[in-house]
Amino acid sequence: MTALPDFAPALPEIVLLIAGMVYLLFGVLRDEDSTQVLSWATIAIMAVAGVMIYRASGATATTFGGLFLVNSFTTYAKLLTLLGAGLTLVMVNSWAHTAGTARFEIPILVLFSTVGMLLMISANDLIALYVGLELQSLSLYVLAAVHRNDLRATEAGVKYFVLGALASGLLLYGASLVYGFAGTTTFAGLAEATKGGADNIGVLIGIVFVISGLAFKVSAVPFHMWTPDVYEGAPTPITAFFSVAPKIAGLALFLRVLYGPFGPMLAQWQQVIEAIAILSMAWGAIAAIAQRNVKRLMAYSSIGNLGYALVGLASGTMEGARGLLFFMLIYILMNVGTFACILSMRVNGKPVEDISALSGLSKTRPLTALALAALMFSMSGIPPLAGFWGKFYIFMAGVNAGLYTLSVVGVLSSAVAAFYYLRIIKVMYFDEPAPALETPDTSTSILIGAASIAMLLLFIVPSPIANSAAVAAKSLFPG
Amino acid sequence: MIPGPLAIGLGHYLTVAAILFTLGIFGIFLNRKNLIVIMMSIELMLLAVNINLVAFSAALGDLVGQVFTMLVLTVAAAEAAIGLAIVVVFYRNRRSIEVEDINRMKG
Repeated sequence: MTALPDFAPALPEIVLLIAGMVYLLFGVLRDEDSTQVLSWATIAIMAVAGVMIYRASGATATTFGGLFLVNSFTTYAKLLTLLGAGLTLVMVNSWAHTAGTARFEIPILVLFSTVGMLLMISANDLIALYVGLELQSLSLYVLAAVHRNDLRATEAGVKYFVLGALASGLLLYGASLVYGFAGTTTFAGLAEATKGGADNIGVLIGIVFVISGLAFKVSAVPFHMWTPDVYEGAPTPITAFFSVAPKIAGLALFLRVLYGPFGPMLAQWQQVIEAIAILSMAWGAIAAIAQRNVKRLMAYSSIGNLGYALVGLASGTMEGARGLLFFMLIYILMNVGTFACILSMRVNGKPVEDISALSGLSKTRPLTALALAALMFSMSGIPPLAGFWGKFYIFMAGVNAGLYTLSVVGVLSSAVAAFYYLRIIKVMYFDEPAPALETPDTSTSILIGAASIAMLLLFIVPSPIANSAAVAAKSLFPG
Repeated sequence: MIPGPLAIGLGHYLTVAAILFTLGIFGIFLNRKNLIVIMMSIELMLLAVNINLVAFSAALGDLVGQVFTMLVLTVAAAEAAIGLAIVVVFYRNRRSIEVEDINRMKG
C-alpha cells in the first residue's frame, strides 16, 4: 500500500470543493430561494480559504506526486483571485435582490470555477493545468448562459462555449506536442528538457499552441472575438466576474508556464507574446471608441488592460512579473468598482447599458459620479490615482528589458484609451441630465466607494502591495 | 509490425492526428450549417489530440500520455454535456440552432 499524499498544501482547495458540494445539496433540498444565503456562505468560505492560504504563505511545497505546487507566487495569485471572486459575489447578491431572476447555482458555479482557477495557479504539470483550466472553463460557460430565458445570455453562452472549447482544443494539442517531443508533462522535467533552447522544433510548435489556448482564455487579440458579445450578453455581476477572476488566473498560469518549464526558451516565445501584447493594446484602445454599450466598452477596456499586463509578461524579468502582479490588483479593484457602477444603472427597475444613460449623473447622483470619475481617471492612468502606478511599473519593466517598441505602443494606446474613459466623465459632468438612475443598494454603494478610495490610497502608499508582488515574483525564479 | 515501406510509425499517427485536428478547426470556422456540426468538430479536435497522446505514449514507452488521454476523454464528455445543454437553452429562446441565427449581438 502506498502512502497517502500530503494533503496540507492543497487544503484550501479541498475545503472549497467540499463546501461547494454541501452548498449544492443545501440549495437543492431547501424549498425557498437560497441565492442570498448561499452567496454569503460562499463569500465566507472563500474568506476562510483566503486566510488558510495567507497563513501558509512563505512556504514552498509540492504534493500529489509533484502535480501541485505552493509558493509565494501561488499565494499572491490565489489571494488576488479569491479577492476578485468574493467582491463580484457581493454584486451577485445585490443583483439577485433586485433582478428577481436569482438562481442558487450562481454562487456555487462561481465557487467551482474559482477552485478551478486556484488549481490552475498551483498546477505543476500539464495534466493538472488542463484539468484545472477545464474546471474553470466549464463553470464559466454555464455562468454565461445562466439567465436562461434571455436570448442574449444564451447566445453569449453558445459563443463562449464554442470558442472556449476551441481554445481548450488548441491548448491540448500544444500540450500533446510538448509531451511527445520533450518526453514529460511535469514542469520540472520540461524545464530540464527545454534547456537546449530552440533546437527542439516540436516543443516550440507545442508552446505556440499552448500560448494561443491561454491567450483565448484571457481574451488577448487576436483571440478576443468572444469577449464583447459575452460581456454584453451575460448578466452584469457575471460579466464583472468574467472580467476579473479568470484573467488573473489566466495571467498567473501564463507566468507559471512561460517562466517555469519554458523559461529557457524565452527568446522564442517572447516575440509571440510581444505581438499579442501590441495587438491587444492597440485594438483594445481603437475598437472601444465606437462603442455605445457600456459593457461592450468594458470588454474592449479589459482587452486593452490585458495587453498592458502582457508587456510585463513579455519582459521575461522579475521586474516584469512584479509589475504584472501589481497591475492586476489595481485592475481588479478598478473593474469591480466600475461594474458596481454599471450594476447600479437602473431606470424604473430596468437595467440600462447605454453610455448616454449616464448623462448628467453629476447632478442626479453626485457621489456615484465622483467615484466613477475617479475610477475612469485611474483606468486611463492619470495621477494621483493607483492606475498610474500599475502602468508605470509595467512600462518601466518593459523599457528595462529593452522592449522599447512595446512600451511606446503601450503609452500611445493608453493615450487613445484615455479618450473613451474621459468621454464617460464628460458625459456625466457636462451633458444634460438623463432620467435619474435609481439609488443603488448599500453593498453596491460600499463597493463603488471602497474601490475609488482604494485607488487614492494605493497611489499614496503602493509599497506594501508592490513589496508582496516583488516577493511573489521572486519565487517564480528559483535559484 | 510489418517492416519496410508499409510499417506504420509515429509519423503516420501524427499526420492523421494533424489532419483530424485541422478538419476540426475548419469545421468550426467554415461551417455555415448548425451548432451540432460545431459540437462534432470540437469532439474531432479532442480525439485528434488523443491519437497524438497515445501515439507519443507508445513511442516513448511512457504511460503518462495514456493517463492524460483518459482525463481528456472524461473532460470531453463533461464538455459535450454542458455544450448540448447550452444549445438546448439557446434553441428554446431562438427556435433555431442555425449558425447564421446566432446574430443577436454583433461581433
